[in-house]
Parts: sequence; C-alpha cells; structure tokens
Amino acid sequence: MSPGVVLERSPGRRRRRPGDQVFRSLTLAMGALVVLTLVGIAWFVLGAALPGIRHYGFASFLHERWAPSEATSAGHHPNPYGVVQFIYGTLVTSAVAMVIAVPVAIGVALFINEVAPPRLRRPLSATTDLLAAVPSVVYGFWALFALLPALRPVAGFCDNTLALLPVVGVVFKGPFFGFSYLAASIVLAIMILPIITAIVREVFATVPLDHKEAALALGATRWEMIRMAVLPYARNGIFGASFLGLARALGETIAVTMVIGNNVLGISASVLKPGATLASVIANEFTEANQPFHLPALFVVALWLLLITLVVNVVGRLVMNRGQRVPGGNL
Amino acid sequence: MIRGKSIGVVTALGVALLVSACGSTGSSTSGAPTTQAEVQGQEGSICGHGAAGAAAAPSGIAKLDGAAGSLSGAGSTFVNPIMTLWSSDFQKAQGAQVAYQSIGSGGGVQQTIAKTVDFGASDAPMKDDELARAGGDILHVPLVFGAVVPTYNLAGQTSGLKFTGEVLGQIFANKITKWNDPAITALNPDATLPDQAIAVVHRSDGSGTTDIWTDYLTKASPTWTTTLGGADKSHGKDVAWPTGIGGKGNEGVSGAVSQTPGALGYVELTYALSQKLPVGWVRNKAGAFIQPCIETVTAAATDAAVPADLRFSLTDGPGTNAYPITGTTWALVHQNQTDAGKAKALVNFFTWIMDQGQKEAPALNYAPLSADLQIKAVAQIRKIQLNGQPVARP
Repeated sequence: MSPGVVLERSPGRRRRRPGDQVFRSLTLAMGALVVLTLVGIAWFVLGAALPGIRHYGFASFLHERWAPSEATSAGHHPNPYGVVQFIYGTLVTSAVAMVIAVPVAIGVALFINEVAPPRLRRPLSATTDLLAAVPSVVYGFWALFALLPALRPVAGFCDNTLALLPVVGVVFKGPFFGFSYLAASIVLAIMILPIITAIVREVFATVPLDHKEAALALGATRWEMIRMAVLPYARNGIFGASFLGLARALGETIAVTMVIGNNVLGISASVLKPGATLASVIANEFTEANQPFHLPALFVVALWLLLITLVVNVVGRLVMNRGQRVPGGNL
Repeated sequence: MIRGKSIGVVTALGVALLVSACGSTGSSTSGAPTTQAEVQGQEGSICGHGAAGAAAAPSGIAKLDGAAGSLSGAGSTFVNPIMTLWSSDFQKAQGAQVAYQSIGSGGGVQQTIAKTVDFGASDAPMKDDELARAGGDILHVPLVFGAVVPTYNLAGQTSGLKFTGEVLGQIFANKITKWNDPAITALNPDATLPDQAIAVVHRSDGSGTTDIWTDYLTKASPTWTTTLGGADKSHGKDVAWPTGIGGKGNEGVSGAVSQTPGALGYVELTYALSQKLPVGWVRNKAGAFIQPCIETVTAAATDAAVPADLRFSLTDGPGTNAYPITGTTWALVHQNQTDAGKAKALVNFFTWIMDQGQKEAPALNYAPLSADLQIKAVAQIRKIQLNGQPVARP
C-alpha cells in the first residue's frame, strides 16, 4: 500500500481517479480471493472430517493402527482409523530430509555465492533451480528403480553395524527391503534442496559487503570470513529457508508414496522399515474409500496435514522476518 | 551467450540423468525371466490351446431399432482397456457412442446407485444393502473374467513355482517368512529355494484385485482367515495386512517386486502377461497345479454354481482345469429404465459385447466368459424394462 500513498499528489483531499479506484478494488478482490480460498479449503476439510470426528471423537484417532476393513457403521469403539503413525511418518521423513538437505544446501549456496568462479555461478544456480523443476513423479520413478537398489548395500551395512549399538540400534534395524522411511527421506532431501539453496543464496547475498571486507582486512581466510561474517548474519534466514523446505517436504505425496512402502498398521522405530505419511495414505485410499467413515477419516488425516503444514509455514516466516535486517528485502 | 551456455550444460546433465536411469531400468527388466513360452510346453496345461468357452455362443441377435446414440458408464479400472476397444468397435458396428469413465469399482457402484450414469462396472458384485439403496432393480451382467496371480523375484527362478492357497495365506499372514520354508520346498522339490526372507508386497490402494486375492485366501487358507480375525475382516478391497510393503496399483506392486530380491506379490493376470512377469502356479480344488492363463481362467467357470442373479464367485472353483484365483467384472444396470432410447441402447451394447465383443478379449489378455455364461448374460440384459414392459422380446 505504501508506494501508492507516496505517489498521490494531495493525500489530504483523498481524491481518486476512477482508474485508481477500479484498480484498487480489483486487487483487493484478488487479495481477498486468496484468503477466501485458504479459509474455504480449511472449512471444507473440517466439514468433511466432521462426520468421522462426531462418530468416534477427535482423540480416538490418536493411535497407530489404520484398518479401514475393520470399520463398522454401528459400533463406535474401537476407532479403526488411527493417524499417529502417519503424523510420525510425515515428521520423521521430513526431519531426516532436512538433516540431509540443509547442510548440503548451505554448502551449495556458499560455493555458488562465495567460492565459485563468476562465470560458473549462473549455470550452477540454474542447474540447482532445475532440480525443483523435475516433476515429483519422476523423482519417485527414479527412486524406485535407481535409488532403492543403490541403498541396499548401505542399509545392509547399517543393519550389520549400527544396529548393534545399544539404544539407537533400533533405528537401523533391518531387514531392509528398500521401501522405507529412509528412501522417502532421501528423495525428499533432493526435492527440497533447490528451495533451501535458492533462499539461502538470497540471504547470503544480503550480507553487507563491509562486513565481509572487514573480516578479510583483518587477515581472515575465506572460510574464516564466511564463519565470522556470513553465517552469523544469515542465521535466521537459514532457519527460515529450512522451515520453508520442511513445509514442502511435509506435503509431498507421489514420490513418497512410491518408495515409503505404505505400511499403515503401525510405527516402526527403524528408518529402514516401511511406513506411511499423512499424504501417502490419502493418495492411496481416496478412490476406493467405501468403508464406513473411511472418507471422513481420510479428511481427518488431511486436517492434520493442513494443520502441521500451516504451523510450519507460519513459524518459518516468523523466524525469517525476525531476522530480516535489510530494509526492503523480501525473502 | 551466458544464458545459452548455461542451458547447454543443464540439458547435458538432464540427458545424462535420463540415460543412466534408463540404463538401470533396462538391465533390471531384461534380467527378469520371460517364460510364458517356456511354460506353455508343460504337459497337462491347456494354456495356449484356445479357450473352450471362447466359441461365441450367442450370435446373430438383431439389434433393437430406435436406440439412443450415446451411453455413459463408469467404474472398474480393470475393464477400462477392453471397454475402450468395445466402445470404439461398437460405434463402428452400430453407430452409438459409449463414454466410459475409469474411476474405480467403488465409484461405479456409487454412480449406479445415484443414477448419474447409464451403467456401472464393478469387479465385485453389489452387496445386499447396496442393492436396496439402488432400488432393488439392479441387473448384474458379467463382462469378462479377471484373474490374480502370484508374482515373485527370486534369483534363478522363472515362472512355474508352485503354491497352494494355504501356503500363500501363511506367507501373507506372516507365518511363513523364508523361501526355504518346508511348506514351500515340499511343493517345489525340483527348485532350489534360498534361505532368504520373503518380502511380501500387496496393494496399498483399495482394489478389486485385492478383493479377488483375499476372497481366495479366505476360502483356501484357514490360517489367513483366523490371523485376520474372521472371514468378514480377511476379505475385501483392502484388509489390515499383517506384513509387507504396499505398492500403489499393479505397476506399484510389480515395481516393488522387480526391485526387491525375495519379493512375492500379486497382480492382475492381464498385467502379468503383458509385462511378462514370472508367475506362480496355484493348486486348485481338484488338486492340480494350474498355470494362470486365459484358458485356465475361462475354465474357472466350469461347474461353478451360478445363482439366478449372476452374482457368482469363481474363486476356488471345482473344475479340473480351473485357475482358482479368478474373479469377474460385472456391468450394473437398472432393470427399470425410463428412457426408451437408453433402454434399447443398453440392450444393444451388452448383447453386442456377448455376440462380438467376447472374441476381442484374448487379444488384450482378458479371459472371455464361458459360452454358458454368455448365454445367461444375454438373457439377463434382455430383462431390461421400460415402464414395466420388456424392451426386447425374451
């Protein structure tokens, strides 16, 4: 709004020309449309989930066994539609994806911005951006036929060594058939890498040249300059970028569905075992959701997914805005 | 200039990625055994000799005049490829258009109940409560048979590994977990089976394929039924799988099987035949190990009990050549029609399918109905009424 105000000749009289008026209403309507769409979707999902919530009670969905075939239209208990394993699957695959993708993204961004020779920067950043342009079903296909066989020896190694460790050993317990939380996480990591890299690069670009030059003038090596001047300045931006990448990972559907193994009956502690996510179970089951309260239960799953994604998005933006010290910068 | 260069680099990378992906795919599929031809030489198999039932029973039935120029249908994805062919050839023969939406059997039943389509198609017959909701006047017209076959990925094993219903049930119930389990080796004395974990693969989406598979397991394997907690829970489009990896669609299951050494899954016969997957033989009620193929699937209707409303089940059939994991896709039509043109078009279309359409089935790897059922299907479709009067002479 503010640039418009600046341009007005006599703000006191508030006279507007018809063109401005039309433009203003038009853009207002479009802005409102976005808000309405979001609210409308949330309202619809809630409404569609309501029959299930009314029938079983909201809290009864909080267990880890999803067995639509055991649903009956009469009995209230037990609720066969447990969703906790999906929430777990969504959070774990996204978290592991972050652990893999964030350090790599920072490295890529640093290389492109600070280290690479200038004539390499454009092609490199274009290639990274292109990773984001690969359709997710192609990632799924690639993962199914290339990633899973490649993972097998690695996972076998984990099963034979790391799995023997006390306490954390269960996380690496086999047998590994390929389809697993781990496979899904790696695909997600590749998919969110370009998003995080792009934003982190933008953030690094906002680091004032003075800071960097000051560090160099004090005799810092390039790495020391990055550590002292670039990274501290960009810390909040990196957090924010990670959260936006996370938000993308949480909702990713088809590629995950193709490699996670779709085990809907419980939580496996091991990342080498098959699981399921909130998005994958919806993609799998909505076409033939004919059991009693099956469709409302899927909408409960959708509600959780919507909730988690919204929270992560909002938190990400808050963190990033708090760290924004550059006037006019918009990330 | 710079932009042009960067695109060049990017394209080269993309091509390299594609090539490497294709390379690995190619090698893995070429490693898979293609054994349809090899297996057909086995003695005792009727596969590849032409189905007895394929001889078109009804023929020369005159079409009804005054039929509508278009029909709409929706439902089973399984029947979609042949339905597409039928629509096209029916239009050439009689000039009427049939628009079929492949939305899944469940959707087909719903739309039939809601009367938003002229006919539905489902891989499972409608249940009694669904029939009541539809007004009680639904005719079940069988269209083609479908079969579900076990497929596996074992080094050195081509098609022809032998199973019984109980062994398959125990594997899917997680009671048999190794390939060299005595129960499996006893059925396959000639095969060397490894000490390898069985990776069970099932469908992750609700499916008519799963319905046929679990219907068979429920009939043939007490272990399966008790593990799942009773016949009402052990049979359906989706069940609470005690173990395994879920794949979406036939391609998801076959992808998982081909990518996982030691895997055992199940897919539709048409899919297995067209993709040349290694398939298992299953022992039928008569005690013979039956190679799944179009002929043995059609033979599943031999001596099968067929109720008057044609809501029959072919799994675990009694025929000596019957492949036991066989199902049917039905068209669902309201008997009481209100539009004369639509009523006549429905009679014409389904009569044509029995008369001519059945002959096209084997070319697309579908099993045609047995001659006996083709006659019964025609009789069924000619029950269609317009305001209480039959539109076709009985």
